[in-house]
Amino acid sequence: MAEVPAMSHDPSYDLKIPVIGHDFLRAGEAASRIKKVLQALNLPPQVIRRASISAYEAEMNIIIHAYRGQLALKVTPDALTLVAEDEGPGIQDIDLAMQEGYSTAPDEIREMGFGAGMGLPNIKKSADKLTITSTVGQGTRLEIVIRIS
Amino acid sequence: MQLKTLLEAPELGLNLKAGRSGLEREVRGGYTSDLLSHVMSRAREGDLWVTVQAHQNIVAVAVLLNLAGIIIAGGIEPQEDTLSKADAEGVTIFTTNLPAFEVVGRLYALGIRASNSYAALAQG
Ligand SMILES: Nc1ncnc2c1ncn2[C@@H]1O[C@H](COP(=O)(O)OP(=O)(O)OP(=O)(O)O)[C@@H](O)[C@H]1O
Ligand SMILES: [Mg+2]
Repeated sequence: MAEVPAMSHDPSYDLKIPVIGHDFLRAGEAASRIKKVLQALNLPPQVIRRASISAYEAEMNIIIHAYRGQLALKVTPDALTLVAEDEGPGIQDIDLAMQEGYSTAPDEIREMGFGAGMGLPNIKKSADKLTITSTVGQGTRLEIVIRIS
Repeated sequence: MQLKTLLEAPELGLNLKAGRSGLEREVRGGYTSDLLSHVMSRAREGDLWVTVQAHQNIVAVAVLLNLAGIIIAGGIEPQEDTLSKADAEGVTIFTTNLPAFEVVGRLYALGIRASNSYAALAQG
């Protein structure tokens, strides 16, 4: 099991939402909560759209590919930072995972319309900065920064 | 064009399944795909989404993108939890027996187009 990352205790993150692997019934709820918080903060629609897409794809990746994790949000006047981290199998080759169309999603999940291999590329397009770190057999961490201006 | 106008168009054969409260919503454009990540990246706010996916995650996609509504084509019946979630979130869902190709063609004939930004993208 992965050790608890430092971020989980970082009090500067305003919102932390747990995400449970294979919980398709609640899929999208974490991203929806993040969207509502950003709407309440009256951020520009384009920022909300990009953050919603990023949060959704990161949440779905935890649900589809990992065991458990969380999304965390921090908002400053200049930027919002979204951190998705999980305990899971990790990503062996991050460059490969970033390619459009690359997916290891199993057939039954593809039938639901996931597994196009577009999630990480969507996040990359939506973010001003994306940092992925992953340890095989432990877990994955995405840090997504979107500027507000 | 409002969703309720489409509901009344006989050639679409729409059945209202959830989200009656959203029927006055304006449809700004249309998008069709069954791959959720494609929809996430390309559909635009106010789009009507035509799909054959019927599980409840389509509701989250519609909420996050603020879509006008969803048409589930091909005579596919959504699960009960999809409909209750859609009602709770105010997402309008229709079904139709028409195959997706026919639905999109008939929506186009009624004047619905791909939303501007995406149409521009497609033209390069
Ligand atoms: N949190 C994660 N843990 C382990 N592997 C992951 C994780 N996120 C992504 N991956 C790996 O990277 C691949 C590509 O991810 P990406 O989100 O781009 O596509 P996908 O999830 O397979 O399909 P889509 O997002 O289009 O539904 C995945 O198939 C998986 O192998
Ligand atoms: Mg994905």
